[in-house]
Amino acid sequence: MGRMNLVVNGKSHEIDVAPETPLLWVLRDTLGLTGTKFGCGMGLCGACTVHLESDAVRACQTPVGSVGSKKITTIEGLSPDRSHPVQKAWIAEQVPQCGYCQSGQIMQAAAFLAKHPRPTREEIDQVMSGNICRCGTYHRIRRAIQRAAGEAA
Amino acid sequence: MMPVQVEVNRREFLKAGATGGAAFIMGFYLPLRSRGQESQPLQTNTFAPNAWVRITPDNQITVLVEKPEMGQGQRTTEVMLLAEELEVDFSTIHIEQAPTIPDIYKSLATGGSGGTGAGWSTVRKAGAQARQMFVRAAAEQWSVDKKDCRAENGAVMHTPTGRRFTYGELVETASRLPEISADAVTLKEPKDFRFIGKPMPRVDTPSKVDGSAEFGIDVRAPKMLYAVIARCPYFGGKLSSFDANATKNTPGVRAVFPVPPLGFLDICGYGGRNLNTAGGVAVVAESTWPAIQGRNALKLNWDKGLGGSETTESLRSSLEQQATAPPTFIAVDRGDTSKALDNAAKKIETTYELPFAAHATMEPMNTTAHVRENEIEIWSPTQWANVIQDEIATLSGLSKNKVIVHMTLSGGSFGRRAQWDYAAEAWQVAREVRKPVQLLWTREDDIQHDFYREYSYHRLAGSLDPQGGIVAWSHRIVSTSIRPVFDSPESLKDPGNSAEVGGADPPYSCPNVRVDYAPVRSVVPRAWWRSVVSSFTAFAVECFIDELAHAAGKDAYEFRMGLLREGGKIAGGQTLDRRKFRGVLQLAAEKAGWGKPLPPGWGRGIACHFSFGSYIAHVAEVSVEKEGAVRVRRVVSGVDCGTAVNPDGVRAMAEGAINFALTPVLGGEISIKDGAVEQSNFHDYQVLRINQSPEIEVHIVPSNEPPGGMGEPGVPPLAPAVANAVFAATGVRVRRLPIDRRVLNKISNG
Repeated sequence: MGRMNLVVNGKSHEIDVAPETPLLWVLRDTLGLTGTKFGCGMGLCGACTVHLESDAVRACQTPVGSVGSKKITTIEGLSPDRSHPVQKAWIAEQVPQCGYCQSGQIMQAAAFLAKHPRPTREEIDQVMSGNICRCGTYHRIRRAIQRAAGEAA
Repeated sequence: MMPVQVEVNRREFLKAGATGGAAFIMGFYLPLRSRGQESQPLQTNTFAPNAWVRITPDNQITVLVEKPEMGQGQRTTEVMLLAEELEVDFSTIHIEQAPTIPDIYKSLATGGSGGTGAGWSTVRKAGAQARQMFVRAAAEQWSVDKKDCRAENGAVMHTPTGRRFTYGELVETASRLPEISADAVTLKEPKDFRFIGKPMPRVDTPSKVDGSAEFGIDVRAPKMLYAVIARCPYFGGKLSSFDANATKNTPGVRAVFPVPPLGFLDICGYGGRNLNTAGGVAVVAESTWPAIQGRNALKLNWDKGLGGSETTESLRSSLEQQATAPPTFIAVDRGDTSKALDNAAKKIETTYELPFAAHATMEPMNTTAHVRENEIEIWSPTQWANVIQDEIATLSGLSKNKVIVHMTLSGGSFGRRAQWDYAAEAWQVAREVRKPVQLLWTREDDIQHDFYREYSYHRLAGSLDPQGGIVAWSHRIVSTSIRPVFDSPESLKDPGNSAEVGGADPPYSCPNVRVDYAPVRSVVPRAWWRSVVSSFTAFAVECFIDELAHAAGKDAYEFRMGLLREGGKIAGGQTLDRRKFRGVLQLAAEKAGWGKPLPPGWGRGIACHFSFGSYIAHVAEVSVEKEGAVRVRRVVSGVDCGTAVNPDGVRAMAEGAINFALTPVLGGEISIKDGAVEQSNFHDYQVLRINQSPEIEVHIVPSNEPPGGMGEPGVPPLAPAVANAVFAATGVRVRRLPIDRRVLNKISNG
């Protein structure tokens, strides 16, 4: 085990876990931040996507010991009141069905739009292709990202 | 989690419920509060005219939703139906999942796309009953004729004087009134609907964009433990020995013990119960990661059992044999099909094959269980809460009222969560540890221990007259049968066995039709997969009608329309309305621009199907790229689902069904070797991703008829529409799913 400090959503947490533990399980089981989801454990589905500084990463493939002092943002910390342009667009387009994958979809889209504010459809498809949705909300995800891009511009 | 509180509240609830009368006062049942919030206090002055509605003096309106929310929008639909009749603002309603008390709530499950249809009558009546009691209460308080009073926006108005009481102000009076029977209430006319038929935002969307929605996997309780099970990978096999020394030394691991298989279905799949847990070794730990690490450290030896020689190839060989063997039952036998085929001027014969498919819900199976002295509490993302209660009661020997089941949100289901294997396993683990324990399935567990869409094989023959009419239609369905998994072996001989052949009786005019069935035995568990049997019968019927159209030299759309000319109802396995088939075909074809030119290498295909109360036609546009890769560019749907209660919900279900149905067309196949599934995660069970998903347009036929289902009916016509489009693009017929690009590549190159 190892004591370390983790900065999540602007708050500092002292934890005592094995450094190879994936960040996903520290968020969910140790810190109780269950908005980040487990989907595959192999970085194949994107359900566990969080931000490490400004990058979208798969929490199931990120050993907690590798995070260091980098700031982590989860879906719970994206905005205090669902006011992030991506969250607003997700509501406007009525994207979620079961909703399980949507934390990861939103975190992926938010990191992407921060760096590419005017994406093409092909760019959206490419960057979002790591995030699986079994309810099949892809068509609305695409529209919501285009809407968020339009509103942020 | 406050177990004592649960017990008290539950008792209050039952006591109140048992008193009956007009307005039994229900105590607030403790809803799922997994993050340590206080349970809601008992509100003794709550107006509860029935089991679904509660109104407090401060105008808080609560709907208790019986059915599970798995993504299909059930909660939103129920709130719409209730708000419509209760005359309250849609956005003011608070939602709770109804407790698993089957004596009060008869419908703690959903399936067969029946959620909206079930609520159409009961939930509207519940709202109307409450509304009429408030009107009566107001009239009594004002001492006026109730005919001069009307309900409006959560209040009752006295029309002549403009006086007004909010519902909250009427709670006390209404609670004292004699009951108005739910069957005696008057429901609104469609022309007066405020919500029904209008696209409404889902009530659960806000919680699904900020991470606050709580699924089964998010249940957290004080001192909770986490578990995984190493399951026997061979269906019908068992654990022969294991070495847990390394596991016990894994930091964080608390316990390791074997769990026996429960009710594994008979090796041949006949007459078993569908509990069907594989059995293996449980690893319990302080959190999920050490449990998984501990499982990885196990040394396991399995006995493959009698299914050890089963492979996809052996199954295919059995399926082919059964395609010409005597049938187990004949489902449809009109005219004389064999004579008509023998005398045919033009005869077409073909086969289609659809292998096993997995559900692969995004939230893997999980259940949290706490076995206490003489009581068990279960939190489960399930499609069928009352059956979990029954089964755990049977397994544990406790009475049903000692098994408390909380139905959580489900991260997708598609039929998977109509099984209760994972809840039974959680009970097996929890009774050993005597603390709250969450059993989690990893993705590998999910892919390898599903109840799969059955493997099916179809042999069809048809003949045409010189004018291009169909003279004969013969369809042999062979599958790893589904019904004996749940029923007696005799059930397979029942000609009314729609579980094996539903949707196969073609809607098209034809004097000689025969549909029959022969099963193939398999150790692979199979059950309901979104649209069930229609997911493959529709493929065979709609691909074959396309082949007949081509043989007749006719346009695929015009050919279908010509064979759906008679306006009235036709009999078959189901009573279908040909005008509705024509309606959805015409809508989809017109909106898709049927017949308009496409670029080279592109093709357009059409298919229609009726299932679960709704008619749907899809037009798919595909392009076949280099090396035979198929890209589905656009799908246009025509939908007749009766009243579209929430049109945006109808569109969402159709869009989702289209994308769901594309997985077994473009990628995902479950194959079998040594009686075990070969795939294990999303790298080798390839589900549809956004870059493969088409543009989708859904068009709805206006209707005032009762609502049909929408969860499933969008699935069946999609695969044949795509296969027919591939033929239009390449001239190659798709005989097996998923589409093998090597076949298209080879044929297009030479």
